[in-house]
Amino acid sequence: MSVLTGTVTGERVAAGRLGESAVRPDGLAKVQGSFEFSGDLSADGFLWGATLRSPHPYARIVRIDVSAAWNVVGVEAVITADDVPGVATYGLIDQDQPVFASQYVRFVGEPVAAVAADHPDTCRRALDAIVVEYEVLEPLVDPERAVDGSHAPIHPAGNVFRHQRIVRGDQTLQGAVVVEGTYELGMQDQAFLGLEAALAVPDPGGAGVELHVATQWLHEDRKQIAACLGLADEEVRLVLGGVGGAFGAREDISLQVHTCLLALRTSRPVRMAYSRHESFLGHVHRHPCRIWMRHHADADGKLQRVEARFVFDGGAYASTSSAVLVNGITHAQGPYHCENATVDGWAVRTNNLPCGAMRGFGVVQACFAHEAQMDKLAAAVGVDPLEIRLRNAMRTGDHLITGQVVESVAPVERLIRELAEMPLPSEPVGGHDLDPMRLPGGAGRTADVTDVVRGIGWAVSIKNLMYSEGFDDYSTARVRLADGVATVKFATAEVGQGFVTLAGQIARTVLGVDDVVLDRIDTQVGSAGSTSASRQTWMSGGAVDGACRLVRERLFEHVAAQHDLDAVQLAIDGTDVIDTVGTLRLPVAEATAGLVIDETFEHHHRPTEDLDENGQGNCHTAFAFAAHRAVVDVDPVLGLVKVVQVATVQDVGRALNPLSVTGQIEGGIAQGVGLAVMEEIIQVGGHVKNASFTDYLLPTFLDMPDVVIGLVEEPEPQAPLGAKGVGEPPTVSSTPAVVAAIRDAIGKDLVRVPVRPTDIVFG
Amino acid sequence: MSDPGNLAYTLHVNGAPHDVRDAWVGESLLFVLRERLGLMGSKGACEQGECGSCSVLVDGNLVCSCLVLAAGAVGQDIVTIEGISPGAPSDVQQAFVDAGAVQCGFCTPGLVMAAHSLLDRSPDPSELEIREELSGNICRCTGYGRIIDAVQRVAVARRSAS
Amino acid sequence: MSVLVPTSLDGALQALADHPDATVLAGGTDLMVEFNGGHRRPSDVVVVNRVPELCTWRHDPATSTLRIGAAVTYAEIESEPIATWVPALAQAARTVGSPQIRHAATIGGNVGTCSPAGDGLPVLAALDALVELTSAAGVRTVPFAEFMVGPKRTTRAAGELITAVTVPVLDGWQGYTKVGVRNAMVIATASVAFAVSNADRRVALALGSVGPTILRCPEAEAFAAEHADFAAGRLAADAVAACSELVRDTARPIDDHRSSADYRRHAVGVLAGRLLRRAFPHE
Repeated sequence: MSVLTGTVTGERVAAGRLGESAVRPDGLAKVQGSFEFSGDLSADGFLWGATLRSPHPYARIVRIDVSAAWNVVGVEAVITADDVPGVATYGLIDQDQPVFASQYVRFVGEPVAAVAADHPDTCRRALDAIVVEYEVLEPLVDPERAVDGSHAPIHPAGNVFRHQRIVRGDQTLQGAVVVEGTYELGMQDQAFLGLEAALAVPDPGGAGVELHVATQWLHEDRKQIAACLGLADEEVRLVLGGVGGAFGAREDISLQVHTCLLALRTSRPVRMAYSRHESFLGHVHRHPCRIWMRHHADADGKLQRVEARFVFDGGAYASTSSAVLVNGITHAQGPYHCENATVDGWAVRTNNLPCGAMRGFGVVQACFAHEAQMDKLAAAVGVDPLEIRLRNAMRTGDHLITGQVVESVAPVERLIRELAEMPLPSEPVGGHDLDPMRLPGGAGRTADVTDVVRGIGWAVSIKNLMYSEGFDDYSTARVRLADGVATVKFATAEVGQGFVTLAGQIARTVLGVDDVVLDRIDTQVGSAGSTSASRQTWMSGGAVDGACRLVRERLFEHVAAQHDLDAVQLAIDGTDVIDTVGTLRLPVAEATAGLVIDETFEHHHRPTEDLDENGQGNCHTAFAFAAHRAVVDVDPVLGLVKVVQVATVQDVGRALNPLSVTGQIEGGIAQGVGLAVMEEIIQVGGHVKNASFTDYLLPTFLDMPDVVIGLVEEPEPQAPLGAKGVGEPPTVSSTPAVVAAIRDAIGKDLVRVPVRPTDIVFG
Repeated sequence: MSDPGNLAYTLHVNGAPHDVRDAWVGESLLFVLRERLGLMGSKGACEQGECGSCSVLVDGNLVCSCLVLAAGAVGQDIVTIEGISPGAPSDVQQAFVDAGAVQCGFCTPGLVMAAHSLLDRSPDPSELEIREELSGNICRCTGYGRIIDAVQRVAVARRSAS
Repeated sequence: MSVLVPTSLDGALQALADHPDATVLAGGTDLMVEFNGGHRRPSDVVVVNRVPELCTWRHDPATSTLRIGAAVTYAEIESEPIATWVPALAQAARTVGSPQIRHAATIGGNVGTCSPAGDGLPVLAALDALVELTSAAGVRTVPFAEFMVGPKRTTRAAGELITAVTVPVLDGWQGYTKVGVRNAMVIATASVAFAVSNADRRVALALGSVGPTILRCPEAEAFAAEHADFAAGRLAADAVAACSELVRDTARPIDDHRSSADYRRHAVGVLAGRLLRRAFPHE
């Protein structure tokens, strides 16, 4: 195992090949403020766009009168559903979400109209002038009423997005030891910092449009936008504007169609940018979820059967709810051996905010429940939390409860053992001179050392990588080698994760060049799929690697022909082409003089299957594992928590860039800590109470624990570079580890996240 | 613009005077820097002073430019990310790149400003001090660890250079 | 509409007289949020944080008071020398927002907004601070308890500018505690300020975020003063518990999306008990 430690005097790796901590090629521009995010883009003669949103969670639109808005001086366009030339609705799986609401609004914040004007304040006054008459209806906010069918449909397609069972093995088995619980997760927001923003530039004299936007999947956006605009795909060109984080919130369309429509209407460039309040309403969120679980084990605590019932609240529109559901229920057993399962899962429609992808994609919810259950099982059997997990640890060759054999590297036992060796943090000591920042409550000085109790908690996770259920996922890359310079083109959305760094490392390693140029990220090359599902290192890395290998093959053919050798004898050594059985050594730059090699490669993963009605099928591609330990200090009387340390050992296959891996792990843990103790969108009757950073609390520097990281690098044979995706596992099992630690400190059960002071004090 | 946008004033930014014309009274310094002076480096992520992405120095003090009324900042010395180290990157900027403290980069300009402010006031900060002085800057990507490392690298390097 | 940036107190008062509907702006940490969000449309604005008379403080040893100009920032209040004169106010200042907010936010703005969750306000209430109001007609001072009359409601009259806050420099222990779900940039769920005057053998307890105004606790204060040995720094455990109970009974909290009334009532009782124990460490 390699242990990463933060270094104070590190060495800078200027360029870097695979396995090195290469620095980002866009890092300098970002630190100097010259890197262009989508909100920084502008064009001559542009107009500002803004959106009118529903104030009601559920209402019938009686009439919309935009005439007063047209009369505001400086307004150039006002559009509604009537102005959508193509398909009226969009969506990633079902196209059920209206570009603009026409008959009904189904969530607070649903777009009803948009305007283009000369100043954001003009836009604001124009929106205020639009009159919408609503007949307010009683919203459906309890997902159980969508499950039991007791509420009338709030959409023609009904209130259930998907119902899926998993039935495997003995359905009547009762264990010698049985533990059960009901768990709940509140709605987490991705809260990326780079607010939604786009620039749409209409083709002069043409029907088409070029859209610069921060998004996760250019080609999928384009498909939906073109359909709504009534244009062919080729008439809609997308360019990736700099992305300020995504975490799933940019998988669905938000302002894309609106911005393009306004630009086409006015024949002028249009910039649209969301405020933070609007952003909270304008993108999908992590599904709130209620999970009942019952675990059956033998007297030694070996799992025999898992029963579970999941209800995911998908909110008003379908988004990716059905896929989130499948991810959640197929991970219900956790990274443990279990032969029998009875699982019932629902993803339903309500008038709450629409939910979709967020880092972890359904598995965060499942893991919170299964790890709480494993701790209950440990207590019932009389062993410690690590022992129960070691007794049940999954191995390569085990089955999921879907019947799928886990072929991936699955070093669960090793993760747990190595995590147990990680150093623990020291306890705070001191009297009234102790810096209050060392205690829960911080500068609020709420506690003295004697008021504080320490707790330790553990959690282990399995997380699928890539897409599932038969989706033919692929990624494309084009590589051009000329005069010793490699130019790489892809549509892979760089959202901060560092794919642009990795792409250069791959090209340098495979082709032996130092000079790598990254071309603009746009739709002028084939689809790279979504930056999500921990898939890009595997899929887009595989595409760049594949394209580079094709280029290298052509290069070797050329050199072989020139020197009368067999191409199979040739190899790259440093920045040279060498004859492995002879003496030829030729710099790559010289070998490619006057030569242009240009190859495009599509990387596909092996096919997956649908699930049958019993939830059986090889629906996932591959899996990654992680283990987390959290140490918390709790003030049980006031219910305040300080997360002191999170240690983790993660199964990464191969660390292609250790610094980037560290970044993904620390960032993912921050989001897991946030869900554990402070992040929740609060809705009452469908109305949002905290759509701002004032009351939607993200962890600050003062809330983030120390992080200790260990990596297990057992190369994954299925992965093109041996590396597994690393982005999601840190978020999946860090939350339950923190909650387990709080339970350990206070000696009470906690069944909901985020844990609030009232839960600790009065629970 | 349409509504009486008739304010005219001069702001002193990055050592030079900048004239602002036909401005609307309610515009924040962040808006004016970006949309009227073309200095896009300062970012807006909340417009409430809750994220620090818009941090600039005004008369040497680190403040959120989204909470500064632009027309009220006349006569004050304003330094933005574009002016903290014109031309070559500062040691802080280079350390951020080297230490892996930059992912999406949206928080980065504000954090660079905050790190400069911290190290100018406190050349040998403890880790707790770093965390507290940067607590007004939210990062959603990095989990803060590499940023703390970057600041510590600069503090060490400056001490050994002196 | 215009933005006026006076550079003297007379200039500021004149500007207010000339533009009676003008909005007063100091640090902007409350007002700009409203402008940016479109919740308030700016009219004329009079910027007051460039007025030198408002940006200074003066310690008067003879009366043992500190007069803090309304535009003094919380960053300055958090630091020396104010931190030594009024430690509870410095502790409260440290909990205000973030370093960026503290460099802009002013004590006058905190007092002018007068939210029950305002971080400095419980300390001002505990210290019986005097709020100085100046207009073209003259100067008057109002005790804080009479100045704040409801959530974000004060007895400041039109045309009056908050020009200073005066607090006593006391000889006893004082402190401020605040409950928030995270450690920076958080609105108080509940807060308590506590100050001891050994000379007068009195204590003061003020509660934030648990009522429409900052609440003093006269019964708890009287009980503590009666049972405490000021010289020895002693207060019996059951007396501390009784005070906590009295503080809980004084609180008038509400349920909202940040917390529940039950929790808030519980929290101020706990905080009061812990502050008493810190001030009187012996049982």
